[in-house]
Amino acid sequence: MENQSGNDAQVADSIARRFMEVVPHADALGMEIVAATPGCVEVAMPWAPEFVGDPRTGVLHGGVISALMDMSCGLSVLCHPSHPPVTATIDLRIDYLRSATPGQRVRARAECFHVTRSVAFVRAVARDEGDTPVATATGTFTVGV
Amino acid sequence: MGLTRESVIDGLLAKVPYFGWLGVQVDRRGDELTTVLPFAGRLIGNPALPALHGGVTAAFLETAALVELVWTAMGDERGGFLPIEQDESMPRLPKTIDFTIDYLRSGLARDAYARGRVVRLGRRYASVQVEAWQENRSRLFAQATGHFLMPQPRD
Repeated sequence: MENQSGNDAQVADSIARRFMEVVPHADALGMEIVAATPGCVEVAMPWAPEFVGDPRTGVLHGGVISALMDMSCGLSVLCHPSHPPVTATIDLRIDYLRSATPGQRVRARAECFHVTRSVAFVRAVARDEGDTPVATATGTFTVGV
Repeated sequence: MGLTRESVIDGLLAKVPYFGWLGVQVDRRGDELTTVLPFAGRLIGNPALPALHGGVTAAFLETAALVELVWTAMGDERGGFLPIEQDESMPRLPKTIDFTIDYLRSGLARDAYARGRVVRLGRRYASVQVEAWQENRSRLFAQATGHFLMPQPRD
């Protein structure tokens, strides 16, 4: 049983890495996979001056958080035990709870919690090094072609 | 000397690092703004198609919404929606509360355009809709709705 779940985690991890490796935008933002298990993926990216949305404070632009959310959500669909070969975002809602603290890396943890024949349902939480979340996301994704 | 709406939009694009990195531009015809995203390889999310990353589409539409909101708020005759302190060269910006994107079709590897509409402008909250297209204005590849918190005057 433990071997099986260990193996499932390895499969999820290799799927997440294989898909993210080939995404130029993920590379451009410096994203990396923190953890991947079946249906659940955490992606992190560093703070960098070129991603700042408010030059007065140095806070990251919301668009960077969107990219991190979309990436982690899409990967969580691909890592779901039903193993859809491809996926695309249908819709994504992001709630910005607070500003991400300048200088801190941000990580988004996405969970694909339900999959039908055509649609995957996903939610995600983004955090910096503080206790309260920076943003939450809810999305639906296509499954298969 | 008062700030013009034109100079504020130009300043926004010049001073916000992320807008420079993304490469967004604003095309102004009369009082109508179109936000433009010139295609670049680093914006790709799906190299097989190739297609724009969903996060890029989201960021682009959120930028278009903010640009339209700042433009509309500064042009509003009722005034006071975007307070500018005397010592500031730029207004403080509205903050995104939430943003919802509908991905209608893949964003392809070419320039993209977006136009926003401020549906409601209040002293505290604003609601903005955005439409985005590429080759054909009537074939949208994404649309979005967002709510923004307007900056409050300092006491």
